[in-house]
Amino acid sequence: MTEEKAKAYWRENISTILKLLAVWFIVSYGAGIIFINQLNTIEISGVKLGFWFAQQGAIYVFVILIFIYVRMMNKLDEKYDVHE
Amino acid sequence: MDLQTLIYLFVGLSFALYIGIAIWAKAATTKDFYVAGGGVHPIANGMATAADWMSAASFISLAGLISYKGSDGGAYLMGWTGGYVLLALLLAPYLRKFGKFTVPDFIGDRYYSNVARTVAVVATIFVSFTYVAGQMRGVGIVFSRFLQVDVNTGVVIGMVIVFIYAVLGGMKGITYTQVAQYTVMIIAYLIPAIFLSLMVTDTFLPQLGIFATTTFDFNDGVQVIPQGTFLMHALDQSLADLGFKEYTQPGNLWNMFMLTVALMVGTAGLPHVIVRFFTVPKVKDARASAGYALLFIAILYTTVASVAAFSRVNIIDRVQNVEYKQWVTEGVKKEDGRTNHGAWFQTWEKGSLLAWNDRNGDGKIQYAAGKAFDNAKGKPAFDGIKTAPDGHRLTTNAVGAKGAKPFDNEVYIDRDIIVLANPEIANLPNWVIALIAAGGLAAALSTAAGLLLVISASISHDLLGKVIFNDPATGKTKLSEKSELMAARLAAVAAIVVAGYLGINPPGFVAQVVAFAFGLAAASFFPAIILGIFDKRMNKEGAIAGISTGLIFTFGYIIYFVFMGGDKADYLWGIAPTGIGTLGMVLHFIVAYIVSRMTAPPPQHIQDLVENIRIPRGAGEAHDH
Repeated sequence: MTEEKAKAYWRENISTILKLLAVWFIVSYGAGIIFINQLNTIEISGVKLGFWFAQQGAIYVFVILIFIYVRMMNKLDEKYDVHE
Repeated sequence: MDLQTLIYLFVGLSFALYIGIAIWAKAATTKDFYVAGGGVHPIANGMATAADWMSAASFISLAGLISYKGSDGGAYLMGWTGGYVLLALLLAPYLRKFGKFTVPDFIGDRYYSNVARTVAVVATIFVSFTYVAGQMRGVGIVFSRFLQVDVNTGVVIGMVIVFIYAVLGGMKGITYTQVAQYTVMIIAYLIPAIFLSLMVTDTFLPQLGIFATTTFDFNDGVQVIPQGTFLMHALDQSLADLGFKEYTQPGNLWNMFMLTVALMVGTAGLPHVIVRFFTVPKVKDARASAGYALLFIAILYTTVASVAAFSRVNIIDRVQNVEYKQWVTEGVKKEDGRTNHGAWFQTWEKGSLLAWNDRNGDGKIQYAAGKAFDNAKGKPAFDGIKTAPDGHRLTTNAVGAKGAKPFDNEVYIDRDIIVLANPEIANLPNWVIALIAAGGLAAALSTAAGLLLVISASISHDLLGKVIFNDPATGKTKLSEKSELMAARLAAVAAIVVAGYLGINPPGFVAQVVAFAFGLAAASFFPAIILGIFDKRMNKEGAIAGISTGLIFTFGYIIYFVFMGGDKADYLWGIAPTGIGTLGMVLHFIVAYIVSRMTAPPPQHIQDLVENIRIPRGAGEAHDH
């Protein structure tokens, strides 16, 4: 593998990680903590939205995020022919 | 069959299963012993990781903790799950490609320094022992409550079981045992949770139950909240009526933020969690495995959040204004005709987890905010086994009537009751209670075994193999495969004995274990590993400076404020000791960066190593040099 290709692979890898971590931050620290009071003004069937994110919603998103990451990385590995 | 026989049967069967698996999966090589031969399927590894991760505390105490903290409890729920996203994206794949056996292996090799390796070994052992002491205690407590043996006898029985499968099977035995333990644990948790959800909200899935409405007229002692009110509204209203903070009302958001970061980063930095990702065959599997682990953890954690809310409503509904004597002996009828039997209250009074102090002398229980017993945490001091004529246990620190609004609180409810007594409160069949006993033991044993393995690997592989018996000429260990395996087994035996001792004579700080273990992992391992992968320029000097700064700062802060009686008013920027690991981590990053840029870059072969671990191909097997 050429050095250039390795660099390009690493750059795409980092950008994938950063995009997913942005979502990770928004659903947990954003929705569940920083903006919890604002989101709590919205209620679904009696459950305040900010409260729900902090207690359940963020956890669902975490699980989905990891599986999206697995998919994106598998594709990326094949694109750069570094898969096993 | 009576309850006691059922409990013996369930616990006995589960133990036989674990030991059977251990004999089947006996470790033959050091690779089997440290990383289960490196050939575990990602789904099996995910389950094992989940069992390893969810301790007796998660199983028994977490729902109670959330139930009392309400909204702020979200820090624990997000913190102990969100760390897996960091693990999957930032650590697991690269550490798997690196392909060694332990965390000190990575630190020592990446920073080409036996000083760094030794510091990592010491930190690993310290963090793991603090954690394991709590687990052994948990084993003892479950034994003593359900099997009616002495706590210490319980600890010894637990030691023997772990001894058999950890020493014999090593990581291989532990991994497959943990798959079975996860299954036992999750069934034991879900069944009572589903019954509770059906009872309170008529909804099958507890996760959806919080969106439902109440199934009964809920008399909280101040007013009747009519049937059909949204559950969360009923909960908030009743707590407000009784003088508590509303359940969904957030508290100090700054501390919640800092605590969540420390728990997430700490999770991703705990050696017994990281080491699990060395056991799968490929880099791809390491990523997927983190996903499965979190999925299996999420099944329990999302249930915890719901159980916490249901139980709070349920407990108020059951205990408020019942006449003690009649309630615990023959039961009472609710206004709407539901039966309400309080035998469980007396059972757990005997277990010292509940207490009643009839402050207004009306013979009825009243539950509200405030302390019924004179103790910093409102805990009762029982007067031996003395009981009053109506049968309730007497205490020596009962508080007299004060005329609080809406009324004086008369009960002490230990948080662990939420999970332990739920099946009895909900009137579930005896086999469900037996299942909870087996589940609690599975949770404690699986975590204890994982930790003991990490301790033994740190001693035999890192300390003996790489530091003490290191051959300076080749940089390799002078120990033969066979003698290192023997050393690993002996180290596991020693670790079990020490853990058992700590379980029988718990140091005063077991309760603060969370702050310690997570804070130290967050401030030391996590940043050191991240920098080792993502910053090629990071060198030995930067790493050692960073790790020392993180450890000393975090350690010092916790010691000062938790053990030396530091005043809350002096908290740095108002950060509680539980969340200080976050600041320790930030300091670590800053110091490591500055020091590394002022000193020489790492040697070429280290830079090549970093290039290599960034590319998945060629991970092959976890290899020993």
